[in-house]
Amino acid sequence: MTETLLFTDIDEPGLSTLEVYERRGGYESLRKALAMTPEQVLGELQASAIRGRGGAGFAMGQKISFLPKGDMDKFLVCNADESEPGTFKDRELMQKSPHMLIEGMIIAAYAGGINRAYIYIRGEYELQAQRLEAALEEARAAGYVGEDILGSDHSLIMWVHRGAGAYICGEETALLDSLEGKRGNPRLKPPFPANQGLYQGPTLINNVETLSTVPAIIRLGGEEYAKLGVKGSTGTKLVSVSGHVTNPGNFEIELGMPSREIIYGLAGGPPEGREVKLWFPGGSSSPVLTANDLDLPYDFDTLAKAGSMLGSGAIIVVDDSTSVVDVALKTAKFYRHESCGKCTPCREGTNWTVKMLERIDSGEATPMDLDIMAAVQTNIIGHCLCVLGDAMAMPIGSMIAKFRGEFEAHIEAARERNDALVEAVA
Amino acid sequence: VSVDPSQVPRFGHGSRVPGWDDAADLTKDPAEIPDLATTPVPEELRAEIEDYMTRYPDRRSAAIPVLHAVQARYGWCTPEGIEQAAAVMRLTPGYLVAVATFYDMLFTHPVGRNDVYVCTNISCSLNGADELFAAFHEHAGDDPEFNLRAFECLGACDMAPMASINGSYVGPIAIDEVPDVLEAVRRGEEPLPERQLSRRRCVDPNATT
Repeated sequence: MTETLLFTDIDEPGLSTLEVYERRGGYESLRKALAMTPEQVLGELQASAIRGRGGAGFAMGQKISFLPKGDMDKFLVCNADESEPGTFKDRELMQKSPHMLIEGMIIAAYAGGINRAYIYIRGEYELQAQRLEAALEEARAAGYVGEDILGSDHSLIMWVHRGAGAYICGEETALLDSLEGKRGNPRLKPPFPANQGLYQGPTLINNVETLSTVPAIIRLGGEEYAKLGVKGSTGTKLVSVSGHVTNPGNFEIELGMPSREIIYGLAGGPPEGREVKLWFPGGSSSPVLTANDLDLPYDFDTLAKAGSMLGSGAIIVVDDSTSVVDVALKTAKFYRHESCGKCTPCREGTNWTVKMLERIDSGEATPMDLDIMAAVQTNIIGHCLCVLGDAMAMPIGSMIAKFRGEFEAHIEAARERNDALVEAVA
Repeated sequence: VSVDPSQVPRFGHGSRVPGWDDAADLTKDPAEIPDLATTPVPEELRAEIEDYMTRYPDRRSAAIPVLHAVQARYGWCTPEGIEQAAAVMRLTPGYLVAVATFYDMLFTHPVGRNDVYVCTNISCSLNGADELFAAFHEHAGDDPEFNLRAFECLGACDMAPMASINGSYVGPIAIDEVPDVLEAVRRGEEPLPERQLSRRRCVDPNATT
């Protein structure tokens, strides 16, 4: 049985209220952290070796240590714009245990010497935003958020900020622009947000799940936490499994668990009589893996070595009843719609990829189009301000590479269908 | 002030008369910040906008929450609403329109008052979301009561295929349930109460000790 840190009794009635959360030992980690120095808290986070749960997998402790020292306005932004297709773990956390996130943010702000924090939550999550607002109100009244928290000299202002529906705002610099009240266009990096982020001030940006884990790390101690999981991927991780599985949902696993056990053991696998054809291991932006990769341990480094990534921990399973062309088209259309239009390779590349896939579907394509399409993907990667274009190019490129035969057969079948139609008309 | 779509000025051949929301009207002077003294702003809206502005070091940061508030009040981001918000925030209306047009949930054109966003992204479409959207479209596509849209991933792939109806998530929805769902929304009720996200339990077997 996996040890749970985030999901322990997540369905307990009233866990979203301060009363129940405190009864279950909530805000004890905050007290423990405030009794330590900020450097000691940072030391625990670094010892835990927790990697960001939002997608990039950057070490959280290191991120905090990049913030400049000294007396200045620093910001903490919680990235709750969970829009990666297939991902819905933060939704469950914020809805059912909002105080855990708030407590984690207060501790992280303490470690980084930060006095102002915002939770940028996607606009579609109305229920979750309401729960967070209510929890924040309770936390303010109880003195956990505000001036001189629990008698220490640490103060923190915190607000919930609702977005309005834009995938790009999950990209950290686009999120900052959006939070500043602009259109959500990504910024050139460097400077990185740790130096110049929100309002040009040093800014720490972390995912909901990462920040929600902080109280558990302080409670256990960094080294104890690091014993969970495997080397390079410590701790537990929430995975969202969806698509063609019989028991879709969020599961808390110890990193390093075999992927097969997640997909078949926890999520029930595809419906009877069908087999896994391909799966996205970390949201729709991750290069696809096939049934041959099901025995890979689910952790950051193994998946990277296999040519994909753990990403946001969203496993989308596609079984053999679905054509890979349909999956590619759906994926490409999403990125075309969500491209902000700032960088040409992404704006044009996503559009032309959709057009080429539609040609494949309508029987106007030749096998050479596959090479052109693959070339478009490689010309997007690394040529834009942010990775939205790459996030389409990587899965589409991997689908062409791994399922080329099926693409070619689809092209041929569609052409024959067209020829038959022409003959019928003649 | 709710705006009737038929009142949007149009030429005889059907296209919209160029107006406040066009990309550029070179015959006009650049928009100025509306004068608060001559722009009537409802008291509650003004208080709400001012409250949002106090939350940030830069007042422009309040743009999205303010546009949400305008939309909640007027049904969509109306020219009058934008003008009022701009007057209180001391921004040009153009600034707020530029922000509003970027985001999928803010509307600068009249929309129906019931939002029905059907997720048609990968996980949902693997479970029949395209057919579900078609069914919604068939039953409510031309009903001015509904703001029916196919949305990108709403973050509820565990209840696929699903829809966000007036902000609350419900799913999975079967195709033959669509007329009942719409009828419930018309009556102002919660559709399929037992399948609302707020009542959904975590499926992780280790979550409950």
